[in-house]
Amino acid sequence: MTIDLPQSFWLYFIFFVLLLVDGAWCMLATYNLLRMLIGIEILMKSVTFILIVAGYLAHRMALAQAMVITVIVIEVVVVVVAAGVILGFFRAHNSLNVRHTRNLKG
Amino acid sequence: MTIMTILLVLLVLAALWASLTTLLLRAAIGLALTSAILAVVMYALGAPIAAVLELSVCAGLISVVFVSVISLTHRRPFQYYIDLRKNRLSRFWPLPIVLIALGIVLSFIHAPIQVALPVPGAEGDVRVVMWNLRQLDLFGQILILLAGVIGVLVLFKKETKDDN
Repeated sequence: MTIDLPQSFWLYFIFFVLLLVDGAWCMLATYNLLRMLIGIEILMKSVTFILIVAGYLAHRMALAQAMVITVIVIEVVVVVVAAGVILGFFRAHNSLNVRHTRNLKG
Repeated sequence: MTIMTILLVLLVLAALWASLTTLLLRAAIGLALTSAILAVVMYALGAPIAAVLELSVCAGLISVVFVSVISLTHRRPFQYYIDLRKNRLSRFWPLPIVLIALGIVLSFIHAPIQVALPVPGAEGDVRVVMWNLRQLDLFGQILILLAGVIGVLVLFKKETKDDN
C-alpha cells in the first residue's frame, strides 16, 4: 500500500529535525559528561516523537505505542547505568570533564 | 497557528533551554519540561498510554536520577560558573541561529512524498500488540532491565583488596 503523506508531515518533520540537531549539538559542543547525557536524552525524545508521528500518519498507533514503550524502557536503563558510570568517574577524578577520560585505567 | 504548532514550538524551546543553560540543575528541569510537553503532544496525537509512560518515567524518574547525580557531584564556586558561561557562550551561540535557519529552510520545502506501507493488520489495542504480537520486545525489555540492574550493582560494588 502506498500513501501520500499529508502536508502536516512536514510540520512534524521540521520539529523532529530541530530536536535532532539540538540534541546532537548539546552532545558535541560540551565537555561535561552529564550534559552529554542530556544531549542523548534530547536525541531519544526526537526519536520517540517521530515514532509516534509515524504511527499517527500510518494509522498504526497501537504498534507505534508498543515501540515507544520499548524505547522508553531502554532510555531509562541507559540513563541509570550512564549516571552510575558518571558518578564513578566523578569519584575517581573529582571532575565531570570528558577530557579526563584519557586517564582511565586499562 | 494551531495548538499543535504551539506545542511543538514549546517542545523545541524547552529542549533548547536544556542545552543552553549553564547550570546543570536547570538543564535537568528543561529536560523534564521537554518530556512533559512531548507527553502532551503524544496524547494529542492519540497515544495516551505512551504519553502516560513518558510523563511518569521520563519527566519523573529520569529527572530524579539527574537531580540525584547533580547533588552527588560537588558545587563549584560562583566565579567558576561566570567563567563557564563565557566559555560556553562561544560554543553554543550558533545553536539558536542554526535551528531558526534550519526551520526556515525546511518550511519552504514541500516536496510530495510517497511512502510504501504494509497493509494495516487487525491490531486494535496497544495491549494486544504488546502481549500478543510483540512478545519478543517484552523479552528484550526484561533482559535490558536485568542488565541495567546488574550494571548498577557492579558500578556501586564495594572495592575489595582482591579486585586489584
